[in-house]
Amino acid sequence: MSLARRHLDDSGTTVVVAAAAALLGVASVVITSSPGGFVAPAVALSFGVFIAIGELVRITLPGGRDAAPIATAGALGYALLTRFQDSGAAQSSMQVVAVVVVAMIVGVAPHAVTGRAPAIDSMARRILSIGITAGFFRGTGLADRVDRMQDARTALVLMGVVVVSLVVDALLAAAVRAGTDRAPFFAVLRNEARAQIGIGSAIGATGALIALAATIMGAWALPVFVLPLLLTQFSFRRYAAVRESSLQTIRALSRVTELGGYTESGHSRRVSSLATAVGRELGMSDGDLRDLEYAALMHDIGQLSLSEPIPGGATVVAAPAEQRRIAEYGADVIRQTGVLDGVAAIVAQQAEPYRRAHDVHDRDVPLAARIIKAVNAYDDLVGDSWETSRRLNALERLRLGMAYEYDPVVVESLTKTVGRAARFAG
Amino acid sequence: MRGLPVSARLYVVIIVASACVLIGVSWIHRPTALVTVAVLIGLHIVGESLLARGSRDLLSISLGSVTTLAAIPMVGTSGAVLVAWTAAFALERDHTAPVKRIFNGAQLALAGGAAGGAYEFLGGTTHLGTDSFPSVLLPILAADVVHCAVNGALVAVVVGLHQRVSPLVVWQGTMARSVSSYLAYGLFGVLLAVLWIPVGVGPLAALLLLLPLFVARWAYAQYAEEQRAYDSTVRALMAAVETKDLYTRGHSERVSSASVLIARAIGMREDRVGSLRYAGMLHDIGKLGVPTRLLQKAGGLTEEEFAAIQRHPEQGLEIVREIDFLDEANAGIRHHHERLDGLGYPMGLRGDDIPEFARVIAVADAFDSMTTTRSYRGARSIEHAITELRRCSGTQFDPRMVEALVRGVAEHGWAPDAPTPNGNQPVAADEVFDQELAELDQLAGIDGIDGIDGIDGIDGIVYAHLDHDDPTAVLVREQS
Repeated sequence: MSLARRHLDDSGTTVVVAAAAALLGVASVVITSSPGGFVAPAVALSFGVFIAIGELVRITLPGGRDAAPIATAGALGYALLTRFQDSGAAQSSMQVVAVVVVAMIVGVAPHAVTGRAPAIDSMARRILSIGITAGFFRGTGLADRVDRMQDARTALVLMGVVVVSLVVDALLAAAVRAGTDRAPFFAVLRNEARAQIGIGSAIGATGALIALAATIMGAWALPVFVLPLLLTQFSFRRYAAVRESSLQTIRALSRVTELGGYTESGHSRRVSSLATAVGRELGMSDGDLRDLEYAALMHDIGQLSLSEPIPGGATVVAAPAEQRRIAEYGADVIRQTGVLDGVAAIVAQQAEPYRRAHDVHDRDVPLAARIIKAVNAYDDLVGDSWETSRRLNALERLRLGMAYEYDPVVVESLTKTVGRAARFAG
Repeated sequence: MRGLPVSARLYVVIIVASACVLIGVSWIHRPTALVTVAVLIGLHIVGESLLARGSRDLLSISLGSVTTLAAIPMVGTSGAVLVAWTAAFALERDHTAPVKRIFNGAQLALAGGAAGGAYEFLGGTTHLGTDSFPSVLLPILAADVVHCAVNGALVAVVVGLHQRVSPLVVWQGTMARSVSSYLAYGLFGVLLAVLWIPVGVGPLAALLLLLPLFVARWAYAQYAEEQRAYDSTVRALMAAVETKDLYTRGHSERVSSASVLIARAIGMREDRVGSLRYAGMLHDIGKLGVPTRLLQKAGGLTEEEFAAIQRHPEQGLEIVREIDFLDEANAGIRHHHERLDGLGYPMGLRGDDIPEFARVIAVADAFDSMTTTRSYRGARSIEHAITELRRCSGTQFDPRMVEALVRGVAEHGWAPDAPTPNGNQPVAADEVFDQELAELDQLAGIDGIDGIDGIDGIDGIVYAHLDHDDPTAVLVREQS
C-alpha cells in the first residue's frame, strides 16, 4: 500500500467543515441584511424558490451519497449570473451565499419535520463550495469581464468556473469522508471524483445554462432548464434504487446459510461490515469495495454443498482442503449469475493462505480475498461477543498466522478497526 | 420499394413529390443567414446519425427533431425545411434502403414546414430577444405539436399500409406515448435557439444543452444493466438454493413464470407483475430452514416433522422481509400455502383474506409441481394438471386464478421441463423492462420516437411495441 495514509480525525473534519459553513452562512446573512447589501430582490426570490424546491426533492446517489442536483444547479446559476434580462445582476458573493443558505433551510425544513434528518455534512460542504465559487467569480472581477463579452467566450469562461467549482466540491467531500470513513485521503478523493463526475457535469452544465439563458429569458430560464436535469435525477434515482435492492437482496439471501444451520446467526453480515471497514481503511475503490461487500456476504454460500453442517459453521476449524472445496463451490454458484465474476474470484480465493513460502506456486491473492480470510477467521473465533479477552485472543491467533496464513497489513488494519468498534460499543 | 403494397408505393411517391415542391419553394425564399443554416444542417445530420448508431434504445436523443424546431425561430420556416430534409443523409444507417432515407427526409421536410407555418401563424418571430418570453412559448408549443402530429401521421400511414393495419392502430401502439417526449423536443429546440443567437453562445450551446441528457442516458443505461444483473443474480442464487431440495431444478423459475402468466391474464398492473415475479422466484426460500432430511423423507411424516415443514413460508418471510421493494411480495411468500377454505397454513386465512399474490402463487406452485417429474412419480400432463386444479377450485384454489392460468397456458403455451440456462422466461423480464422504458418515455421527452422519425426499423421495433403483452413480439425486437 503505497497510498498516502493521512487520517483526519473523524468528528474533526466534519465539525470543521460544518463550523466554517455555519460561520459563512451567518456572516453572509448579516452582511446582506445591512443597508445596501441586498440588491434585486425579485431575482433573488426566483432563485431562492428554485433552490428550496431542489433541496426538497434531493436524492441519494448510488453508493449512498447525498445530492440535491437541482438546488446545486440553481445555486451555481445564481453565482454565475451576470445579467438578468435587461438589468445587470450585481448581487455580491455574500448575497449569493445568503440566498442559498436561507433557501436550503426552507427546503430542508419539511424533511426535518418528517424526521428525515438532513445530512449536515453534505449541506455544509455545498454552502462552502458555492461560497468559494461565488467569491472566485464575483469577487475577482471575472464576472464583470464576462458580462462585456456576450459571445461563445462567455460560455467557455463559465464552463471553466464550473469545473473549478466541481473540483472544490470534490476536495471538500473527500476531506469529510476521509474523516468519517477513516480512509486515506487520496483514495477517497478518487472515489468522490468518480462518483461525482457524471452527475456533477450535468449539474455544472445546467448551472452555466441557467446563468446564460437568464440574460434573455429571465426567470423563465429556471423552470425550463430544470427539465433535462430532472431527467438526469430520475435516472440516477432509479439506478440508486436498484443498487440498493440488489444489496438488500444479497444481504437477505446471505442469511440462507444461517437458516439452514450452516453458519452462526449474523455471521455473514458481521464479516461484511468488518471487511468493508478494513477495505475502506486500506484505500480500496468504491467498485472494489462493492465486490468485497458482496463476496463477504456470500462467502459461505458454498457450505450449502455440505451434507452435514460444520459445527457452528466455523470454516476456520475445517481442514484446508475442505475450506478450499467450499470456497470453490461457492464461487461456482456466484459465477452462475454471469455478472458477478469479480465477486466469484474473491470467494474462490478466500481460503488461500497469504504466502506459501515453500511452494513454487506462490501466487498473489487479491486484497479482497485476504481481507475476507482474516475477517472470517476473526468472526469465527469471536462471534458477536464483545468480550475483550475473546477479542484479544482471536487477534493473537491471527497474528500468529501472520506472514503465512494472513496478510499482516490486513491484520493490522483489522486490529485497529475492531479496537475502535469495541471502544465505541463499550 | 419491392415488397411494398401498391398503395404504399403510391403514398410514398406523393409524399416525396410534395416535399420536393416544398423544398424548392423554400430555396427560392431562402433565409439570408445561410451560414447558420449550414451549421444547423451539420448538427442535424450528426444528430440523426447518432440516433441511428446509438440504436433507438433508451434515451437515445433525437437531436434531429431538436434542430428542426430550433431552426424555426432562428432561420424561419424556409430555413427549417432546408435543414429538416437533410436527415436523409444521416451517416451510417447500416442497411437502410434508399427509399426509406428519401421518404424519411421528405416527411421531415413536410413536418418542419407545417411546424414553421404554425409558428409564424401564431406570431412567432425570428428575432428572439428579452421581450420574447413568455410570449414565444405558445407559438413554439404549437410548432412542436404540429411537428409531432404531421411526422407521426405521415409515418403511421406508411407503416399501416405496409403492415396492412389501420394507421390508428400504429399510432396507438407505438406513437401515442411519445407525445410528451415531443413536447420536450420543442422546448430543447427553443432553448438551443435562445442560446445560439440572442445569448451569443453559438453551436457550443448544443454541447452544453446535451450534456445533462447524455448523463441521464448514461445513468439510465447503468440502471438497466444493474437491473439485469440483479435478475440473473436472484435467479442463480435460487438455483443454488434448490440443490438442497427434493424439488427439481428450475421450480422457482417456473413458478415465477406461471405466476406472471396468471397475473397478465387477470390484467394485473405491470409494476405489481414485476413484484410478483420476484415473489414467485423466492416463494420457497424458507425451505432452507427445514432440515434436508425432512424434505427428502419418503413415506409418512410425524406431526412434529410436518409442523417443521409448515414453518417454511414464515421462514421465507423472515429472509426477504428486509428487501424494501418486495413489499407486497412478502405477503405472497408468507401465505402461498393458504387455502380458500381456511384449511391452509400458516395462518388459516380464508377466501379474499388471502393476499392476491399468494392466491396466484398457490396455483402456479401446484401447477408446476404436478407437471414436473418428482422422485415419487412421473410428470403429469398439462391437461391432467388443469383438471386437478379445477377440481380443487373453490376449496383450495381461487377459481379466478385457475381459469387465468388455463387461459394463459392456452394462449402462450407452457414448457414444463425445458428451462433454458438462463431460465425459461427471459421474455418476462424484458417486458417489465419495456414497461419501464415506456414510463421513462413519458417523463423524458426522449426517444419513443421509434418509427415516427423515420420508417427505418419498422420491421422489428414497431412490432415490438404493437402488442406489448405478447412475449413473442418482444423477441422480434431482440432478433432485429
